[in-house]
Amino acid sequence: MNTPLRRVSLAVMVLILLLLGQATWIQVVKADEYRADPRNARVLLDEYARQRGQISAGGEVLAQSVQSPDPGDRLRYLRQYTDGPLYAPVTGYYSQIYGAGGMERAMDPVLNGTDDRLFVRRISDAVTGRDPAGGNVVLSIDPRVQRAAYEAMTSRGYQGSVVAIRPQTGEIVAMVSTPSYDPNPLASHSGTTQQNAWNELTEDDPPTLTNRAISETYPPGSTFKIVNTAAALEAGLITPDAPVTAAPRITLPDSTTTLENYDGKPCGPGATVPFATAFAKSCNGPFANLAVQVGADRLRQMATSLGFGNPGLTVPMPVQASEVGDLDDGASLAQSGIGQRDVRLTPLQNAMITATVANGGVTTAPHTVAQIQGQDLSTVEQTEPDSTGRAFSRATADTLTQLMIGSENNGSGQGRIPGVQIASKTGTAEWGANPKTNPPHTWYDAFGPVPNPQIAVSVIVERGGNRGEEATGGSVASPIGRAVIAAALRGDG
Amino acid sequence: MTRPTAPGAGAPGVPGIERPADRTAMRPAVAAAVSTRRGVELALLAFAAVITTGALVLVEANQEQELTWALLYLGAAYLALLALAHLAVRKFAPYADPLVLPLAALLNGIGLVMIHRIDLARIARAASLGNEEPAQEAVRQVGWTAIGLVFFVGVLWLVPDHRTLARYGYTAGFVGLVLLALPAVLPASLSEVNGARIWIRVGPASIQPGEFAKILFVVFFASFLVVKRDLFTSAGKHFLGMTFPRPRDLGPLLVAWGVAMAVLVFESDLGTSLMFFGIVLVMLYVATERISWVIIGLTIFGAGAFAAWTFVSRVQVRVSVWLDPFADYNGRGFQVSQGLFGLATGGMGGTGLGAGRPELVPFSSTDFIFTSLGEEIGLVGLAALLVIYCVLATRAMRSALAVRDTFGKLLAAGLGWAIAWQVFVVVGGVINLIPNTGITAPFVSYGGSSLVANYALVALVLRVSNAARQPAQEKRPGTPAGPQSPLAPLAEASTEMVSRDQVRTPPQGVRHQEATAGPAGPAGQGGAAGQGGAAGPPGHAGHGHAGHAGPGPGGHHGATPHGPAPRGRTRGE
Repeated sequence: MNTPLRRVSLAVMVLILLLLGQATWIQVVKADEYRADPRNARVLLDEYARQRGQISAGGEVLAQSVQSPDPGDRLRYLRQYTDGPLYAPVTGYYSQIYGAGGMERAMDPVLNGTDDRLFVRRISDAVTGRDPAGGNVVLSIDPRVQRAAYEAMTSRGYQGSVVAIRPQTGEIVAMVSTPSYDPNPLASHSGTTQQNAWNELTEDDPPTLTNRAISETYPPGSTFKIVNTAAALEAGLITPDAPVTAAPRITLPDSTTTLENYDGKPCGPGATVPFATAFAKSCNGPFANLAVQVGADRLRQMATSLGFGNPGLTVPMPVQASEVGDLDDGASLAQSGIGQRDVRLTPLQNAMITATVANGGVTTAPHTVAQIQGQDLSTVEQTEPDSTGRAFSRATADTLTQLMIGSENNGSGQGRIPGVQIASKTGTAEWGANPKTNPPHTWYDAFGPVPNPQIAVSVIVERGGNRGEEATGGSVASPIGRAVIAAALRGDG
Repeated sequence: MTRPTAPGAGAPGVPGIERPADRTAMRPAVAAAVSTRRGVELALLAFAAVITTGALVLVEANQEQELTWALLYLGAAYLALLALAHLAVRKFAPYADPLVLPLAALLNGIGLVMIHRIDLARIARAASLGNEEPAQEAVRQVGWTAIGLVFFVGVLWLVPDHRTLARYGYTAGFVGLVLLALPAVLPASLSEVNGARIWIRVGPASIQPGEFAKILFVVFFASFLVVKRDLFTSAGKHFLGMTFPRPRDLGPLLVAWGVAMAVLVFESDLGTSLMFFGIVLVMLYVATERISWVIIGLTIFGAGAFAAWTFVSRVQVRVSVWLDPFADYNGRGFQVSQGLFGLATGGMGGTGLGAGRPELVPFSSTDFIFTSLGEEIGLVGLAALLVIYCVLATRAMRSALAVRDTFGKLLAAGLGWAIAWQVFVVVGGVINLIPNTGITAPFVSYGGSSLVANYALVALVLRVSNAARQPAQEKRPGTPAGPQSPLAPLAEASTEMVSRDQVRTPPQGVRHQEATAGPAGPAGQGGAAGQGGAAGPPGHAGHGHAGHAGPGPGGHHGATPHGPAPRGRTRGE
């Protein structure tokens, strides 16, 4: 009887080994899959059990986690947004069902406290017995500028975006996208509330969840003439006084298509005008010719050094890459030179171009996070200005500034700030399948004051704002840009 | 330590045998040398109490409860409770295996800590909902532990010799059957919990009679097989290298199968059914050494289970959840899925005691306590727990190997197997190795019946192991030791070479004793079923089991001197 007893003992061990094998399968091999399964509430509950860090700007708290007002709530902390629609393009949203967007997503490791930079603080939390909590994110956004930009847009019912950058540092002080949305319902702990909000927001027309400043690209129109001119100045192909054609229309190279000025009128009374005049009046012909002179390579190179074609740019939210597009033949090169054809850029990219001119030709890395703080508001990391290179010489920058001052002074000057010299370039971009009948997108790129620019801003008002087909950058977008600059300078003063 | 070192003190029955020159030669004399090893048991119990207290401290720390000296007092109280059990072992079974009680105590302690940890989660949840604070299961479980230890001591006290149990084999079988059948007969309101009718609900208390039936059945099968073993070993057809029984001898197995199927169909309980039939098959195999019984049993059980799967919807549900727990995540697969999520979140090292969320799994303190443990102490801790079970079961097997009487062998083997098999069925169920069944993990799960029954089970194992290790002259204090010198317990014995002649002698002696004891029958007063049965029928002596067929020192044959017991493990023919 002892032989079967030994075999049964062996069978016992085999049973235990089978269990260990299956446990290993679940806890080691399949562990990551099961742990990350969205139906596994453990990770989520952990996340909501810790107080997520706050997002603040200029002393104002934009997003914070507060104890859930419902005592029966399984999730301990509720995410709340102050002035939700105003800051939503920056803060993003934080939803149990739909994940996170914007800053909430980009800075998630800091906000939830798992970021390596918070490691030492986590240890001290463990030692001192303090409740573990996430780190805080302090934005470079200036609430006054942000509010001015948002109100300027929404009070007129404009759909579009405003980006304002401090040229010397790359700090983004305003990032507005209208119409916007309120992230609070998405952060609700009620699944129904979240679902309803999400369904509404995703069906909104015009879309509200999209952050136009970094996630949408538009044809830049005449604002791209800054890039074109910069490339030409660097190559020594043009001076402000050089005579250029004043013809109301030119025939594009390699084709029979003609390109005419915005209003179809000649640029000046004679056959030629100084280049500075053409820049100020934004005549198309001279810039189409100039682009052909500059050539595809130099134009593309200038665009690239200003930030085009960079799919990896983050602020820290990922930024849609701006593209110059196809420049293969003379016609497309000429059309691209005035910011049409396939040129597409984000409002942020346009603001970066403007800021580079304001900064004497040196590009800086744009960013929205000024500071990372520990749970106790002590600084963990400060974002230092990061010069990323020189796009063009200071002389070119100075020339461009003078040309842009000419452009600014040529315009209607709505909302001009007394005692402040602004340098700007307007743009009126045709888009879509019927470019002649669609209301155009209107642009305004500007910086000021000259000298010593403090702020560079790019404004886009989609579909001509409230002016329909008559809209121009000068009439629609520029008052908003000036209001933003005024707010920024008031803030500094 | 098996044998006297001085030749003069040797057993008279084996005078001429040369002792093999192995290390046993260095061992000291028997009577003085057979240590009770109770000190080891006490030290291990203290160790179990320390681990339990440490685990409790970790839970309190991670749950941000106040750490107070009260925790140490709790640990000390637990140790005191175990010390009382230890004292009972010292008194009633001084030679018992020193590992068994500490292993059970450690499992019990870890179970208590986890039940307390889930209490904290339930209390926090109730508080946040503004509900009344739920009763603490851990407090009740401590009460059950005390009751379990009372049963433990009671069994040791009331069963001074496990062989007396053989007399009550049929009674045990009958009571077991009643207990098993009772929930099916009772109205569902008194027996059904979560779809399985395996409970008896009396007032606030719920009893799972299956837990007690398990032990009673082991007792029954052991006594039944001792007497009727020849029925199962009678020659049949040889096929595929195995000896198959004659069809007409299949009766008892078919009865057991019928019971298992009835449980499955009428109580909708796959777990109890699997438990019951698994124990039957293994005990049958141990008694007969014929693997063919296991194959026949598995075949008919498989057929029955297949039929149940075809017709019983609850079984279908269990199987489909087993195949893909996530298919019906929000419905029937929820519990198993949540369990798997918990295990996976714990991963290799676990979240730490008190730092996970085991309460997300329904029944996290009873059937699914192993996913709770797996989440918080990880694969490492889970492996440790499984190894503890493995050691516990194999210690019972070891006692079965060492004890001399067939009934004791079958009893210890059956009990040891019952522990291991139950662990396999319940843990395999919650980690989705086999369909989930809904029975409790021995000693760890919250549940009074399970805990009390398993302490009684462990007491029986200790009783058998005591018999296995006890030196012969102490076995029956009332019996004159006669001329023979103390015999070493077989557990301590080394292999000896015994010549054929000597092996043959004792069975004759046994026959003679049986004859003198009269044809009392298996359950008769003579207690022949207790141990003589192994050597019983004349035809059996030549069957290859003669090795242990000796009457053993101290059978129930009263005045029979221990005489020339060969004690050998040598196979006869």
